[in-house]
Amino acid sequence: MDWNAITAKFDRVRAGDTDLQKKIRGLRRRLTLLLAVVGPGLITSNVDNDAGGISVYTQAGAQYGYTLLWSLIPMTIALYVTEEMCARMGVVTGKGLSDLIREEFGFRSTFFVMITGFFVDLANVVAEFAGVAASMQIFGVSKYVAVPIAAIVVWGLVIRGTYRQVEVIFLFACVLYLSYVFSAILAKPDWLIAAKHTVIPNLNLNSGYLLMLTGLVGTTIAPWQFFYLQAGFVEKKVGPRQYRQARADVLVGSISCMLIVFFIIVCTAATLYKNGHRDITDAAQAAAALIPLAGKGAGILFAFGLLNASLFAASILPLSTAHVICEGLGFEAGLDHKFKEAPIFYWLYTILIVVGAGVVLLPNAPLWKILIFSQVGNGIWLPVVVIFILLLVNRRDLMGDYVNTVTFNIVAWVTAIAMIALTLVLTYTALFQQSVPPPP
Amino acid sequence: MDLYATELMGAKTYDVAGNYVGRVREFFIEPAEAPNRVSHYLLSRGHFQPLVAKHNQIASVAAGKMELSVSERALELYEPNDSWLAVQKDLLDQQIIDTRGRKVVRVNDVDLTPFRTNGNVELRLTQVDVGLPGAVRRLLQGVVPYAVVRKLQSKLPQSAIRWEFVNLVEPDPMRRVKLRITHEKLEDLHPADLAEIMEDLSAAERQGIIASLDEETAAAVLAELDERLTTQIVEKLDPEKAADILEEMAPDAAADLLADLSKETSDELLDEMPGQEADEVRELLEFDPATAGGMMNPQFAYMGEDSTREEVLEWMRGEELNYDQLDTIVLLDRLAQFSGTVPVARLLLAARDQRMAELKMEPLLSLPPDADEKEVFELFDKYNLRMLTVVDKEHQPIGAITVDDVVSRLVKG
Repeated sequence: MDWNAITAKFDRVRAGDTDLQKKIRGLRRRLTLLLAVVGPGLITSNVDNDAGGISVYTQAGAQYGYTLLWSLIPMTIALYVTEEMCARMGVVTGKGLSDLIREEFGFRSTFFVMITGFFVDLANVVAEFAGVAASMQIFGVSKYVAVPIAAIVVWGLVIRGTYRQVEVIFLFACVLYLSYVFSAILAKPDWLIAAKHTVIPNLNLNSGYLLMLTGLVGTTIAPWQFFYLQAGFVEKKVGPRQYRQARADVLVGSISCMLIVFFIIVCTAATLYKNGHRDITDAAQAAAALIPLAGKGAGILFAFGLLNASLFAASILPLSTAHVICEGLGFEAGLDHKFKEAPIFYWLYTILIVVGAGVVLLPNAPLWKILIFSQVGNGIWLPVVVIFILLLVNRRDLMGDYVNTVTFNIVAWVTAIAMIALTLVLTYTALFQQSVPPPP
Repeated sequence: MDLYATELMGAKTYDVAGNYVGRVREFFIEPAEAPNRVSHYLLSRGHFQPLVAKHNQIASVAAGKMELSVSERALELYEPNDSWLAVQKDLLDQQIIDTRGRKVVRVNDVDLTPFRTNGNVELRLTQVDVGLPGAVRRLLQGVVPYAVVRKLQSKLPQSAIRWEFVNLVEPDPMRRVKLRITHEKLEDLHPADLAEIMEDLSAAERQGIIASLDEETAAAVLAELDERLTTQIVEKLDPEKAADILEEMAPDAAADLLADLSKETSDELLDEMPGQEADEVRELLEFDPATAGGMMNPQFAYMGEDSTREEVLEWMRGEELNYDQLDTIVLLDRLAQFSGTVPVARLLLAARDQRMAELKMEPLLSLPPDADEKEVFELFDKYNLRMLTVVDKEHQPIGAITVDDVVSRLVKG
C-alpha cells in the first residue's frame, strides 16, 4: 500500500465562489446580525401600549381632540432615554436589572422593590384581562368564555414555546398594532391639524387637561418594562459589540410605540371628540362608539387592537414578573426548569395568571379600583426603579467606558425628575380625587 | 452553636474590661492564611476611624454580641486590604458557582462555626446559605429579635452549599491571585456543565473564568458555549491566548468560531496559530456555514480499500485520533478517490484478513461541499447515518460530517 502516494494526491479543493454569491452572503450575514439583536426594544415599547394605556389614549383624544398630540415627542425622548440606559446595562454587564440591584443594594432593598413589583404587576395583569373581556364583548363573546380561554392561551404559549418562538409571536403582535393605523385612516381625520398639533406645543392650564397629560406619561412609561427590556437583551446574549444595533432597536421601539399612540389619539379625536362623545372612559366604549361614526370596520379594528394589546401584555407581564422576582431574590427561575426545581417561580407565574384572570370573572369585581391601584402602584414604583437605574448606569466599576456622559446624565435626570413629578401628581389625584367617573 | 453572618453583622463588641468598642460591620477571610477562618473583624465606631480585631483577639461571640480578649488599645486601625475576602461585600448577594450542584447560585447568608483555640474563639465559614432560611434572616434581622428569627427560619427547607464546593467568581485577575481563587474545581466539571454555568454569569466573570482555565478545557468549554457568547469572549481575550485555545479546538469548531468574528480579528488569530492548523481552518472558512463544507471536519480517518482489518487496527493504534474520528473510517481507492465507509463496529466483528472493500456500507453516500445543509440532514435522517463523507470535484474526500455536528445544528436551527 502506497500511503505517501495517496496522501500526496490528497488535495483539498477550495469551493468555487462567485462575487454575486459573496454579496448575497454578506447581505444575509448582516441581516442575521441585526435580527440577532432586534426584539427586546421593539417588544417592550409596544407592550407599553397595553389595555390601560389604550384607554388613556382614547380618553385623551375623545376629551381634548388633537391638542395633546404635542406631548408625544417629549414622551418619545423620555421613553428612549430611560430604556436606552437599561439596554446599555444589559449589553455591557450581561446581567438583569434585578440582579444588579441585588448585588449593589443588598437583599432588603431588592425585596421591597420586588414585592411592590409583584402587587403592581398583578394589578396590571388584571387590567389586561379586563381589556380582553371588554374587547371580546364587542365581538359578542361573553367574558366568562373569553377570559378563561385567553388565560389558557397565555399560559400555554409561554410554557410550551421556546424563547425564540415566543419572540417571533410577540414581534408579530407588534405588527398587529397597525390595526390602529387603519382605524385612524377610516376615521378620516384632518391630518394637517393633527400634524400641526404634534409639533406645536399647546399647553393648557386647565386642571383636567393637565391631569390627562400626566395620565399619558404615567401609562406609557411603566416600571416593569425596564426589567423586561434589560432581561431581553441579556437573554439574547447581546454583547457590547452589538450595542449600536441594540440602541437602534430601542429607538425604533420608542418611535413606533409613540406612532401608535398618535394614531389612537387621532382616530378618537376625529370621531368621538368631533361628534361630542367626550365622556368616553375606556377603549371598549370607544370602539363601540366608533361603529356608527366611522363605520363597522374602524370600530372592529379598534377593538381588535385592544384585544391584541391586552393579550400581548398579559403574555409578557406574568412571566417577566415571576422571572424578575426570582432572579433578584436568588431563586431558580425560567421555563427550562421543572416545577420541582423552581417551585417559587412557577407559583408566582401561576398566581399572577389565575388571580389576574379570576378577578375579572368575579360578578361584581371592583375593576375600576384595581385600575386605579395599578396606576398608583406604577407611580410609586417608577421613581424607585428609575433612581436605581441612574445610580447603576453611572457606576464605572460596572459599566466601564459605557457610563452616562455628562450631557446624557443631564437629559436623563431631567427626564427622571419630570417623570417622577408627573407620576406623583397622577398618584395623588388617583388616590384623593375621583377625577374620572367610575364606569356604569 | 453555629452563627449566621446576619447575626454577626452589627454585633455590639466589648473589650476585655467590658468597655463598648463598636459594632461589627464587616468581617474578612484571608485565604492566603487559612481558607475558611474569619481572620479580621471590622469594628465601626460612628465617626471615628474603624478598628480591626484579629481572630486571636476574640474571647466569645454570640448573636448580636462579641467580646474581645484584649483591651481596645491593642486593636489596630482598619486599612483596606485587597487580599482579604470581605464577607458582606464580596460574598453576600453575589453569585457563586456550586461545583457539586453544577450551577450558579446567589448567596443569601453564611454559616459560621465557632472553634475554641488557646482561650480564643475562631469562627470558620462552613457553608453558604442559598435558600429561603437565609432570605428570611436577611429580611428580618435587626427588625425582629434573634430568637424569633431563628425560630421562624428553622421551619423552612434548608438549602446550603458546603464551603469547599463553593467556587468564587472574581473578574479581576490580580484580586483572583490575592484571594487564591483557582478554577481547578471547574476544570473537573464536564465542559457542557461549565458552559451552562458560564451562561448564567456576567460578561466580565465569564472572561475571568476562560482566561484562567487551561487551554484544553477552555477550548472544550468554548465549543459547548452559545456562539454569541463565544465570539464576545474570544474578541476580548489576549490574541496569543485565543490562538492557543483555537489550536486545541477541532478545526470545524474553530472555523465556526472564527466565522463569527470580524475579518481583522479572525485574520489576526489565524496568524497567531501554527501554520498547518491555521491552513486547515482557513480552508474551512471558505465554505458557507450552511453547507456541507461548512459543517465538515477536515480531520478524519482514511485507509486504502485494499487494506485488511489487521493493517487498519495497527495503523489506528499508531495514530493519535480522538474517538469521534474513530467512529467510521473513510476508504480510498488507488486514485485517492472516495470508495466508501466502514463503521468501526463492523471492523470489530470482521475476520483478521478481511479486506476493507468487503466491509463497506451500502449505498455509497457522499456530498459535495457546496451541498445545502438540508441535504445533509435528509441523508442522515433517511439512512440513519453516523457519519457522512464530503468529496471534492475529483471525488476525493476532503472532510467528514459526524452526527453530533448535525444534532447541534438542528438544535440551534
